[in-house]
Amino acid sequence: MSADALVSQLKQGLDAPICLTWEITYACNLQCVHCLSSSGVRDPRELSTAQAKAVLDELRDLQVFYINIGGGEPMIRKDFFEILEHAEHNNIGVKFSTNGTYIDAENAKRLAEMNYLDVQISIDGTDAATNDAVRGAGSFAVALRAMNHLRDANFGPFKISVVVTRHNVDQLDQFKALADSYGAQLRITRLRPSGRGVDSWNELHPTQAQQRQIYNWLLAHGDNVLTGDSFFHLNALGESLPGLNMCGAGRVVCLIDPIGDVYACPFVIHDQFKAGSIFDEGGFTSVWRDSKLFLSLREPESAGACTSCGNYDSCQGGCMAAKFFTGLPLDGPDPECVIGAGEALLQSTRISLIPKPAMDHSRSVRLNAPTSVSVR
Amino acid sequence: MTVNATAVTLDSACELHPQVALRPEPFGALAYHYGNRKLIFLKHPDVVAVVRDLAQHATLADALIASGVHRDRWPSFVTAISALQSSEVVRVR
Repeated sequence: MSADALVSQLKQGLDAPICLTWEITYACNLQCVHCLSSSGVRDPRELSTAQAKAVLDELRDLQVFYINIGGGEPMIRKDFFEILEHAEHNNIGVKFSTNGTYIDAENAKRLAEMNYLDVQISIDGTDAATNDAVRGAGSFAVALRAMNHLRDANFGPFKISVVVTRHNVDQLDQFKALADSYGAQLRITRLRPSGRGVDSWNELHPTQAQQRQIYNWLLAHGDNVLTGDSFFHLNALGESLPGLNMCGAGRVVCLIDPIGDVYACPFVIHDQFKAGSIFDEGGFTSVWRDSKLFLSLREPESAGACTSCGNYDSCQGGCMAAKFFTGLPLDGPDPECVIGAGEALLQSTRISLIPKPAMDHSRSVRLNAPTSVSVR
Repeated sequence: MTVNATAVTLDSACELHPQVALRPEPFGALAYHYGNRKLIFLKHPDVVAVVRDLAQHATLADALIASGVHRDRWPSFVTAISALQSSEVVRVR
């Protein structure tokens, strides 16, 4: 079977996801401006420890070999290590994403002692100014401290995860050098206009010239850098980047959110892309195999407005989430379409028609106490 | 490249690598290696059947006979099992 034939098989869906993302809490100590899940405060409906373990048991039975745990900040949960250990005992590999706040010397040691575990520290700049503008004051120093603890605990090759923006795209070489200096692996992913990204995407997303810069950088370094195959829209620029050239939403990946709702991917937390809940009859397995949404995502997609474009086979029309949260039709060009078809459409999109994320767990902005001013 | 394994032939006694799990899928199976964490697609159901039962047969040829694989296709199976040996899905016991 050729690679193309395999991709067409994968598009028809698998009996279980290859890799799913499980966000275990909406609570987060940071308020990153591009947070794809608008995290901040815990949701009172979040899964209990017993419910969380039952999710892992079901994934074990489905032979889901590994999962991505995220949040929010997953380490905020008091039962975080209990959940990790349950996954480990059930032979489910875990990679978890963290901002590093709770990786002190002791926790780093504990993580290093576990098998079958990857840790991914998020940063969005190679200096505090660039990083903290997106992730909040002090967050760069905190991430570096966590990396130092992991190195000192001999954790081994952890991952450093970067969302590529207009402001850090020039630092790709420096990110790679930073990762190399820790013996870590660099992962770069595409910025999506999801969650709080709905409001920050316009300011943060790479320009057309920068898209080409990312593409060329990945052609040169892609074999040693992880991308979650998230840049396939750039394939229209020429030679294909490494990885599966397809959207995996509902086909090979999905998201289980902190309250047990199942979405097509981590970037589409919206009712239109909610397939069901792990609490539905038949559990996650039925949602994955039989939900109307997932079955429809496994049907051959229409190229729509892109039909006449010779690049469609290369770029596959780009990212569903990127289109949805910029108000573009799903069967048309990606907002970052490299030949500019998306940009033209964005100009004519009415802001009032742009969908809002289903939930917002952002912390409310605390205003300073009014200062009394005495005037003579 | 490391030189490690003995070349696979029709006379080899093989087995599924003990750290590998097979998950059936419509196109064949996913093989997951818990040691190197690599995911490999087995894209032919008959290759999956042969791989799964390798350990129960004295030689690869016996496994092919048991799975009803026609002799004309044996060379391609030797190639396929060799490739799976280099990705550590299969090993010579």
